[in-house]
Amino acid sequence: MRREGSAFQGLGTVVLKELSDQMSSIRIFVLELLVVALAVVSVALAIRQLGLTTAEDPFLLLRLFTVDNPPLPSFAGMLGFLIPLVAIGLGFDAISSEHNRRTLSRVLAQPIYRDALLMGKFLAGMATLGIMLLAMWLLVVGAGLFMLGVPPNGDEILRSLVFLLIALCYCGVWLAFAMLLSIVFRSAATAALIALGVWLFFVFIWPSLASVLAQVISPPDVRYVLLGLPTPGTIEMQQTLARFSPNQLFAEAVLAILSPSTRALGPIYLEQLQGAVMGTALPLQQSLLIAWPQIVGLIASTIVLFVAGYVVFQRQEVRA
Amino acid sequence: MTDNVITAHGLTKRYRRATVVDDINFDVAKGEIFGLLGPNGAGKTTTILMLLGLTEVTSGEVRVLGHNPVREPLAVKRRVGYLPDSVGFYDYLTAAENLAYTARLMGFPAAERERRIMSALERVKLADVANKRVRTFSRGMRQRLGLAEIVMKGAEIAILDEPTSGLDPQATVDFLGLIEQLKHEGVTVLLSSHLLDQVQRVCDRVALFQAGRIVLLGSVPQLAKEVLGAGFIVEVDAVAPPGADLEARLLAVPGVTAVQRSGDRYRLNATRDVRPDAARAVVAADGALSRLSVDAPSLEAIYTRYFQRKDQSEGVRDAA
Ligand SMILES: Nc1ncnc2c1ncn2[C@@H]1O[C@H](COP(=O)(O)OP(=O)(O)OP(=O)(O)O)[C@@H](O)[C@H]1O
Ligand SMILES: [Mg+2]
Repeated sequence: MRREGSAFQGLGTVVLKELSDQMSSIRIFVLELLVVALAVVSVALAIRQLGLTTAEDPFLLLRLFTVDNPPLPSFAGMLGFLIPLVAIGLGFDAISSEHNRRTLSRVLAQPIYRDALLMGKFLAGMATLGIMLLAMWLLVVGAGLFMLGVPPNGDEILRSLVFLLIALCYCGVWLAFAMLLSIVFRSAATAALIALGVWLFFVFIWPSLASVLAQVISPPDVRYVLLGLPTPGTIEMQQTLARFSPNQLFAEAVLAILSPSTRALGPIYLEQLQGAVMGTALPLQQSLLIAWPQIVGLIASTIVLFVAGYVVFQRQEVRA
Repeated sequence: MTDNVITAHGLTKRYRRATVVDDINFDVAKGEIFGLLGPNGAGKTTTILMLLGLTEVTSGEVRVLGHNPVREPLAVKRRVGYLPDSVGFYDYLTAAENLAYTARLMGFPAAERERRIMSALERVKLADVANKRVRTFSRGMRQRLGLAEIVMKGAEIAILDEPTSGLDPQATVDFLGLIEQLKHEGVTVLLSSHLLDQVQRVCDRVALFQAGRIVLLGSVPQLAKEVLGAGFIVEVDAVAPPGADLEARLLAVPGVTAVQRSGDRYRLNATRDVRPDAARAVVAADGALSRLSVDAPSLEAIYTRYFQRKDQSEGVRDAA
């Protein structure tokens, strides 16, 4: 059935209202403060470490993002860990709060479609996350400039901006997921708990579980075991399983973009290339090609989750 | 054609098996106040949601201001104001900010918004708390703010779902006054309620819902005639000289359908207020009139009688 008027009438209004709500929300403020604080610490540690070691690195700026700062992970690793938290914080009660405040039927009685409300909330969340990421990017690049005293080259800036976009796609997955939960569950606490549960699952459990499952599905070959080597089939299976996690997709895409010498994404290279082996750098285009499946995976997951939420929301009763 | 602004033909809503609104037909003329009455769960809110296109219509046809709310919801919602039962607002925003959001969704230009909002708030006597957060508002103030939203929109039809439930007697009277004021401005009002005396006070016509069907429809005097037989009960206390058959004389008064005598008291059932004629009849019979009183037909009586009658006939059917 054809509907009259644009599905996105009122979209801008919703985005602005949600943005202004988020800007004045204590919850979001605290989350962002946490993320920025951790980013500052991780950059400070990275700078100290880089100052001590590789001053000759042609990709010094990118190393700021990727160098490990024990006991903390690298800046990029930290983002992989924290972005879901902020996205969940932004989205877990997006729709349920309208239900519980009983504003939903009143707002939907205005001349807008549900599409505009849902899309507006999503876009506002993405804008908030984008602003946060941009602020952190400026922080890192600025710190690199002043503390290390090396002006970044164009390729580095481009790569770090691509990294920013990938991080935004990763935000999208978690925001769409959190919003889906906010549509399905009327109780914000339930949605938050489930979202955090899934987050913890992907951070702590899935990597080990993927390896265990891989051993079961594709058992190691005795010949390799006798030689003390991992079986390629098992490794491949483990990798395939691990890639069901958005966190893994993000980590791999980031690796390809921020470590220009990455030639392939696989567990074998992952170990070798984290700073240890310096191959020749690939041009950005080639790196993008390597990361492309992961990036597409992130975008596709975002779309699937958003559409799922959309379908459920369209069929939902507005009354409380 | 007619100047009906709302028409419903064979309107039906089913949730899976349960038929919640069952083949109802009604029209609302421009400028009238139309009441939906009925016990809890009778289908009033569901009917209202279908008029607004906020829930799907299972079968039948609705037209609101000439538009089909399912196909052209934006056109309907632009011209119709809705006050849901237990209306909610963004309680961290002020009254004016809440209305400003609606005004933006309506697409009013910035210059017009301010003016509309202030005059609407003045109308419902909330102008002095325009910049207070809605969090601090009482139930009555929220309800008035909901009405202010409808006024601000410049709605041609106001749909109010149980607008006075939870209000104290004075607030109720004030609120009904506001509703009547809307009517004077040419706004058509459709309201639902359980509070019979209020509905009677303001409504031109009512529809009595029961288990998803409209069982009675019309103005209160019409319904009185239909259900109570005659609407008015006039009591005459008079002493007539012996021989003057006062009972017969009273029965002869046009409009009187029955006379019951108990001592010197005559109880007349009439289709209109027959007090002047009854008094004349007493005088004509040389009687001494000592008291004359009338009971206008009350919706309460109609409602009670209707359900009594129904119970009885059901009892008979069960017994058979
Ligand atoms: N989503 C739903 N699924 C199934 N049944 C529903 C749903 N929503 C409402 N109902 C049923 O529809 C019936 C009519 O509900 P409705 O809210 O229209 O009644 P109402 O006349 O407004 O009652 P009240 O005076 O209590 O507000 C009720 O029996 C209710 O249980
Ligand atoms: Mg109701």
